[in-house]
Amino acid sequence: VRCGYLEESPIQFGQISAPKTSSGIPSEEPLSSPSSLPASFPFASSESVPLPFPMGHGTTTLAFLFQGGVLAAADTRSSCSGLVACPAAQKILPIHSHLVGTTSGTSADCALWKRILSRELRLYQLRHGRRLSTGGAAKLLSHMLHPFKGTELCVAATLCGWDGGDFSGPGLFYVCSDGTRLEGKLFSVGSGSPYAYSILDQGVRWGLTVEEATSIAREAVYRATHRDAYSGNFVDIYHVTPNGWTRRTSLDVHHLIMIFSMLFPCP
Amino acid sequence: MLSAQSFGGPGKMKEYHYTGAVENRFSPYAFNGGTVLAVAGEDFAIVASDTRLSEGYSIHSRDSPKCYKLTDTTVIGCSGFHGDCLTLTKIIDARLKMYKHSNNKTMTSGAIAAMLSTILYGRRFFPYYVYNIIGGLDEEGKGAVYSFDPVGSYQRDTYKAGGSASAMLQPLLDNQIGFKNMEGVQHVPLTQEKAVQLVKDVFISAAERDVYTGDALRICIVTKEGINEQTIPLRKD
Repeated sequence: VRCGYLEESPIQFGQISAPKTSSGIPSEEPLSSPSSLPASFPFASSESVPLPFPMGHGTTTLAFLFQGGVLAAADTRSSCSGLVACPAAQKILPIHSHLVGTTSGTSADCALWKRILSRELRLYQLRHGRRLSTGGAAKLLSHMLHPFKGTELCVAATLCGWDGGDFSGPGLFYVCSDGTRLEGKLFSVGSGSPYAYSILDQGVRWGLTVEEATSIAREAVYRATHRDAYSGNFVDIYHVTPNGWTRRTSLDVHHLIMIFSMLFPCP
Repeated sequence: MLSAQSFGGPGKMKEYHYTGAVENRFSPYAFNGGTVLAVAGEDFAIVASDTRLSEGYSIHSRDSPKCYKLTDTTVIGCSGFHGDCLTLTKIIDARLKMYKHSNNKTMTSGAIAAMLSTILYGRRFFPYYVYNIIGGLDEEGKGAVYSFDPVGSYQRDTYKAGGSASAMLQPLLDNQIGFKNMEGVQHVPLTQEKAVQLVKDVFISAAERDVYTGDALRICIVTKEGINEQTIPLRKD
């Protein structure tokens, strides 16, 4: 069965559907839908094959709004139940010139769904002559992930962008594969997010300069990497302005230790 | 053939004391061992693998290399479950032919990597149990290595080890090729001769410490002249 966004729906292959009981649960009918939604929804509760390997999880990502635009920051450690699979993973993925997304959850899911989202946003832009807003992109991603609710797909992303046109301004949305879609001014996602929240709640204000905002974001990720085993290595920072996104220098956490120990010497 | 489940899961041996009721389910996966390694240089790429095919306590074959040539400039190394490795390489070969017939040109290494990512994700809920590493030359003639996880997440690296001894080899490569975790060392660019010697040394070490790695080492060196293959014997015990 052709799924709207992928060539074949990955759910169909390998799922063992639960046997129908004699009381006759009505079989799910394929929804008659516009061409952009998947044609049929499989039983979310069917068993899948137990995997022999672990998937990547664990991270610290954050994003917030301020007068200079939107700032997104993340660590770069990709871990697979105890092994650091990659110390230099990219967790902030540019989607188009004015939209970046931070990723948390399973790295393959995040990478592929971001790629599908980029394709759909580009098609929207070609068909309608304007870029889709950040909220619209978040809604699109949320609807694309909805058929997979209940499966082991795990994506928790924040979309950070600058909208153009009539409703110009920054946008920040949190989208999760369990169906959550929230607008906000400050989000932190991942296993290190509690530590990052404490630094952000203390320092983030609307009136920050770009340099102050960058250093708060760096410190928040650094403190999270210090306490969370699954976050570490480098701190990536992206800044979104009306002119598009720019990537700031990626600093190694080793160097940040020295900077912060000079600012806050331990007794 | 006994499925891996009777050995307590892939790579693990079952305990020999009876601890209570045990359910033995059929698992469609098996773990056939093997290690793959790829290194990218300035104008070359090396993909190397051992040639041992094992399952549980047995060795099925001492001559089953895990490097597969895809195009004149790209080699893929696949380790994990041998059945999925064979099917995956057949599918990649078919897709390469289809691309060649539709677009009248050979796929570049970067394009093969992106395509493999979508092939792997197409089986997100019943994955190919294969750890892939692609090594080859990019469009500018520089070495490129792309490493994958079993469900399609990938990125471009300078060097990567995958398979049963990957956790032992990756820190060694970080140190010797990436010059990490050392102080006061000059970063010299990697020459092809030094890279080949390093790969041989690294596999000899892996064969000493990992039971699933050994027998022989197959090295494929990709340069703009073509692909050169060498086979070096390793420990057979």
